[in-house]
Amino acid sequence: MSAARQHFTPLQRVLHWLMAVCILAMLFIGVGMVSTIKPIYLTLVSIHKPLGITILVLALIRVAVRLRYGAPPLPADLPEPMKLAAHLSHYALYTLMIAMPLIGWGMLSAAAYPVVLFGSVGLPQILPQSDRLHTLLWNAHFYLAFVFFALILMHVAAALFHALVRRDGVFEAMAPVPPHDKIAPAE
Amino acid sequence: MPRPSPARSVFGSLALITIIIGVGAAAFAYTAGWFSPERLTPDKIVDAFTTPTGPPLGHRRNHAKGICFTGIFGSNGAGSALSQAQVFSRGQYPALGRFNLATADPNAADATVRVRGMGLRIATPDGQEWRTAMIDPPFFAVSTPQAFYELLIASASKDPNAMKTFAAQHPEIAAFGAWAQSAPWTGSYAEERYNGLNSFILTDSSGAEHAVRWSLLPTAQAIPVSPEELAKRGPDFLETEIGERVRSSPQRWTMVLTVANPGDSTADPSKAWPQDRRAVEVGTLIVQQVQAERDGPCRDINFDPTVLPSGMRTSDDPFPAARSSAYVKSYDRRTAEDKDYPRRAPEAKP
Repeated sequence: MSAARQHFTPLQRVLHWLMAVCILAMLFIGVGMVSTIKPIYLTLVSIHKPLGITILVLALIRVAVRLRYGAPPLPADLPEPMKLAAHLSHYALYTLMIAMPLIGWGMLSAAAYPVVLFGSVGLPQILPQSDRLHTLLWNAHFYLAFVFFALILMHVAAALFHALVRRDGVFEAMAPVPPHDKIAPAE
Repeated sequence: MPRPSPARSVFGSLALITIIIGVGAAAFAYTAGWFSPERLTPDKIVDAFTTPTGPPLGHRRNHAKGICFTGIFGSNGAGSALSQAQVFSRGQYPALGRFNLATADPNAADATVRVRGMGLRIATPDGQEWRTAMIDPPFFAVSTPQAFYELLIASASKDPNAMKTFAAQHPEIAAFGAWAQSAPWTGSYAEERYNGLNSFILTDSSGAEHAVRWSLLPTAQAIPVSPEELAKRGPDFLETEIGERVRSSPQRWTMVLTVANPGDSTADPSKAWPQDRRAVEVGTLIVQQVQAERDGPCRDINFDPTVLPSGMRTSDDPFPAARSSAYVKSYDRRTAEDKDYPRRAPEAKP
């Protein structure tokens, strides 16, 4: 136990909080843009696409970093169902971080829309035009966005539960400010 | 190591967590418009396009009746003084499009639909596309997307005064009504002038910006025919005619960019610019082949007017954004209704 790290590496923490901002922005932009016909619609769409690809790239880097550096162990006294929930929800979050941008990219491709990131910079079509694929991917993108947001809410609730109620160091492991290990929490 | 907190503090912490999660969920719902039933959404616009027998499942929600074409856009290079987009540099670029009628009914009789349109996509070797959807009136019916929505609601309303009330609130509709009454009808898609109506901003290679509108002017001479006479030609005479006409010779339109003077309003497509504005002929659209929609390449294309190459962008005209959001919704719906689209049964033709 003493050999195991108590905290995620600084690189992992930077990636986590940077992606937290990106993904939350992405989800709000997504539900906002599809519910308006005002000119901001185009602005939001023009952010949604490059931001999605940014998240995809960051997620791939993050998975590689995670495989390289691992994660601090969960507290030994954490009940088994909570440990299981923690592991499963993290797998789900990683999967969505990678899958959502790919589904969106595929959805645009299946609709024969040019995939423009900014200016003249675009991405290739990754699927042929297909009504059925477009519908499948559209549904996946739509419903998974709500699943993603629900998972994030659960993740935030769990993080706060660890930070405020259990005070077991799980939140501090990923806290944005490097924790001072030896200092007892302020009361 | 866990440092459990006292029970009172646990209760406070749980309450705080509940509030944070609740506020987060509420902010999300607000952004999605769940607390704003009055917000004009793409769904509302698309819902407003319907026919007495319901929406045209599997079809575009508006301009539902149409026929595909392919050809080339021959650019003469004159437009490159206005925009750095490759489509304006001298050359020939593949074009794909769709002649259509402004109706939600894919089976409407051709002589019953006043407004005719053209969707067009020009692709350039740099991988970029210019998509546009134009109609034959010289200006749009209303000034804002909100007014357009109200027009759809008023024209579908059972209240006999609905249109009168609408016209009183949106006097710009009178000019459109006058056009619809007085403009001659023709017997061919090839004899129509197609106008983009919305203003866009072009950026030239020096970075200077130019507000423009565009039109396709037919080479074929327009021959006026009364709608009564057209009705005798059958429900699909426009499609039959354009197919035969293009088979005998390719049809041409001149693409003209009209450049705004400083101070011209670019936000309102119901107001045409004065006739003396600089017009630049930038090339020729040559329609070489016509295909039935279900067999043609245009069926799967959304002629979203905000798909623009670098060097062209939207202006302060609010319509392209509104059209884009609604066209995308229409595309989402019709692709999900694929089974309802009357594709040719494989055994129907040898």
